[in-house]
Amino acid sequence: MNLLKLWNFHGGLHLDGHKRESCTAALAVARLPERLVFPLQQRNGEDSKPVVAPGDRVLKGQVIARDESPFNPPIHASSSGIVRAMEDLPLPHPSGLSGSCIVIETDGEDAAVNFAGVADYRQCSPDELRRRIYEAGIVGLGGAAFPTSVKVAPGGNRKIDTLILNGAECEPYITCDDTLLSHYPEDVLEGAKILLHILRAERCLLAVEDDMPDALAALEQAKQRGDFGAIQLVRVPAVYPTGGEKQLIKVLTGREVPARGIPADIGIVCQNVGTAAAVYNAVALGAPLISRIVTVTGRGVKQPRNILARIGTPLADLIAQCGGYANDAERLVLGGPMMGFGVPTDDLPLTKSANCLLVADRNELIGEKRSLPCIRCGACADACPANLLPQQLYWYGRSDQIERALDYNLFDCIECGCCDVVCPSQIPLVQYFRAAKGKAVAKRREREKADHARLRFESRQARKEQEKRERAENAKRKKENLGTGKSPEILEAIERAKLRRAEKTPHPSGNGDPLDDAGHETATPPPAAANPSGSLNSD
Amino acid sequence: MRFPTAQAPYLAPVNSVNRIMLEVLVALTPGLAALVWQFGSGVLVQCLIALLAAELGEAAMLALRRRPVAPAIKDYSAALTAMLLAVSLPPLAPWWLTAFGTLFAIIIGKHLYGGLGYNPFNPAMVGYAVLLISFPQHMTAWLPPKELSGSALSFADAWNAIFSRTLPSGLTFDALAMATPLDTIKTQLGLNRFLDEIQTGGLFSGIGGRGWQWVNFGFLLGGLWMLKRGIIAWQIPAGFLTALFAVAMIFFLIDPAVYPTPLFQCFSGAAMLGAFFIATDPVSASTTPRGRLIYGASIGLLVFVIRSFGGYPDGVAFAVLLLNLAAPTIDHYTRPRVYGHPK
Repeated sequence: MNLLKLWNFHGGLHLDGHKRESCTAALAVARLPERLVFPLQQRNGEDSKPVVAPGDRVLKGQVIARDESPFNPPIHASSSGIVRAMEDLPLPHPSGLSGSCIVIETDGEDAAVNFAGVADYRQCSPDELRRRIYEAGIVGLGGAAFPTSVKVAPGGNRKIDTLILNGAECEPYITCDDTLLSHYPEDVLEGAKILLHILRAERCLLAVEDDMPDALAALEQAKQRGDFGAIQLVRVPAVYPTGGEKQLIKVLTGREVPARGIPADIGIVCQNVGTAAAVYNAVALGAPLISRIVTVTGRGVKQPRNILARIGTPLADLIAQCGGYANDAERLVLGGPMMGFGVPTDDLPLTKSANCLLVADRNELIGEKRSLPCIRCGACADACPANLLPQQLYWYGRSDQIERALDYNLFDCIECGCCDVVCPSQIPLVQYFRAAKGKAVAKRREREKADHARLRFESRQARKEQEKRERAENAKRKKENLGTGKSPEILEAIERAKLRRAEKTPHPSGNGDPLDDAGHETATPPPAAANPSGSLNSD
Repeated sequence: MRFPTAQAPYLAPVNSVNRIMLEVLVALTPGLAALVWQFGSGVLVQCLIALLAAELGEAAMLALRRRPVAPAIKDYSAALTAMLLAVSLPPLAPWWLTAFGTLFAIIIGKHLYGGLGYNPFNPAMVGYAVLLISFPQHMTAWLPPKELSGSALSFADAWNAIFSRTLPSGLTFDALAMATPLDTIKTQLGLNRFLDEIQTGGLFSGIGGRGWQWVNFGFLLGGLWMLKRGIIAWQIPAGFLTALFAVAMIFFLIDPAVYPTPLFQCFSGAAMLGAFFIATDPVSASTTPRGRLIYGASIGLLVFVIRSFGGYPDGVAFAVLLLNLAAPTIDHYTRPRVYGHPK
């Protein structure tokens, strides 16, 4: 079925998938929790403004917070109930910080606002569809949570020829996309058609890894039932990190996203398959993004499975519905074991970007590593999908030679963790790179601040110089005016004074006295010097 | 419930330094076995002396530097340095020579630069070069291979020879010592003789000289195993042997009377040991893929130059040390193209 020529990206790892654990159990639908929590902060770090107040009754699908920024799509209640509080609660974030959240106490009715979809998306303009996607609160469901309405507006003169739907779930343990594709293949395919229409692109490549046979079979069947000629299913090798946007683009098209560029620069837009399904729901049914499939897995949870849950559901509720913790649960990770982040508590809400909740037992995952010095073996460079030299980045990062690290393309590191896993000295390389990136950013800010300050100082100096010059010129001009701009009265007065003086003192010599000439010169310079532009004109 | 947090990735590391070092030590076995077979048990005694000296030196230096001793001893890096030096020494070299060379390698070559991972030069070759320059007579006193002499010293005889400089009755060190094939060629060519005359001697038979070819085959075998296990970068031995073979071929074709065959060059002296075990020391070698090819090839080229035009019969140690110097520069100019950057 692969009619498409596939390419390779550099490096990558064959990792033990751990997919069976969670995808053998049937997809469960999560219970309605008593409490739903919606952080106001989304991806860009700005809080949206609440449009409800404590005590208000809200319906499922009702907007409870919004913002003018296109990067902050609206937040919707995922069930009906009463707004109980606006308070600071811990956020599911690597830093473990807190932020304002809207807390809704559900009423069990699950009463929804009226959703109105469009009968035929082809009658809608791309802008209208983008607006609907924005209003539905859709962000990338692959983990990065980038607002979809922005991503499908490539901007400039960028012509998009290929839409890539990313179903290559390359991180170990995670099976939510696999589950979604197996259960809702039509939604994904319909979503793809809508996205193609918005982007005016000709073809869609839908990539799944070769260890996802169920998803592939479901997609193939669904594809035969409808008019999906523009969509091509592609099996890609299960190599980590094939599901990385840049790597998948390379595998499918042989093209590389330029450094500091975006896929649209090379005519490509890449979306997660879950996002495509959300687009279909938003456009065809008018339903906002208020739920997602999340994988709850690991040896620390009794019944690993995929679960369709409302956004805002406390993680503890999801764990409870998967049989609860096994006795030796030791670590809670949001996302996969390669790029996820550990969280200290399960008292956190499910967010749109949470694709996996990994509960590890004592021996399953590791925490701190005991490292030896780097022996420059280069295993990291062999594994790096960006073709970097992590051993050099580490060397420069560690010795605070940030400029050198930047020269070795520190910011092309996608933090996939391949180098970290293969390092025989067991150095936590990715941590070093994150830290070095932080230092580089801080340094740049500092430099910008210093530049700014210097610029201000210099312009102030220049201004002062200028003022001084102008003052001097003014004084000079005044003096000149005294000498040249002589009215007849003044001339008469001077003549009279001269006469008087002549009468008092006798003439020592004739008119050609050099002293007299010199004295004359200092008092009134020749007209040419007083009017430089005049002298220029005379040439 | 509270959970500990740490940063991703959370997957356990798939490799460790001590496993790599241990596998390199294992890979030395065939070459070591060939040495013992051809040159007697003296080689084993040298290994024991070097191992002891290396671990003592390592522990003392770590203690002086106030670093934990146990993990460094367990990483086998000092043991590997010791073994690489021991297999390069004449089998009956006096014990103090081996001990001195090893201590020099560990203390000066490794720890004064900051220990594991920070040494710019290959420590074993630092030790070897110091010994070669300081004690040339001891360092060239090799033994005739068993293929030629028909017998080799027993372990006890070798032990006595190394520690108390006494030999079984009827034997003297002078009578026992014999130059290596490379040394013989160098000396005899210096006496204006030609290769066809020189190579009629009993030492020359097969492709790399009696005894020596088996040693080289042994190291080649161990090296191929390391390649298969992915422990060493293929670019370094490939570059080394290709360059050595190619340049030897050119000169052999120009004047076969004074330049030995390329196969002889590759299977004599420390060629295979150098290509697979010495030049591949990752700490002091080039670290980029293209850089390693250049690095390996330059060593191979220098080995030929030193053997053919230099003052020493073999040139692996000096070639490696010289290229250690050049490695950072090579790395600088051979960086791979990063994803998304212009070609």
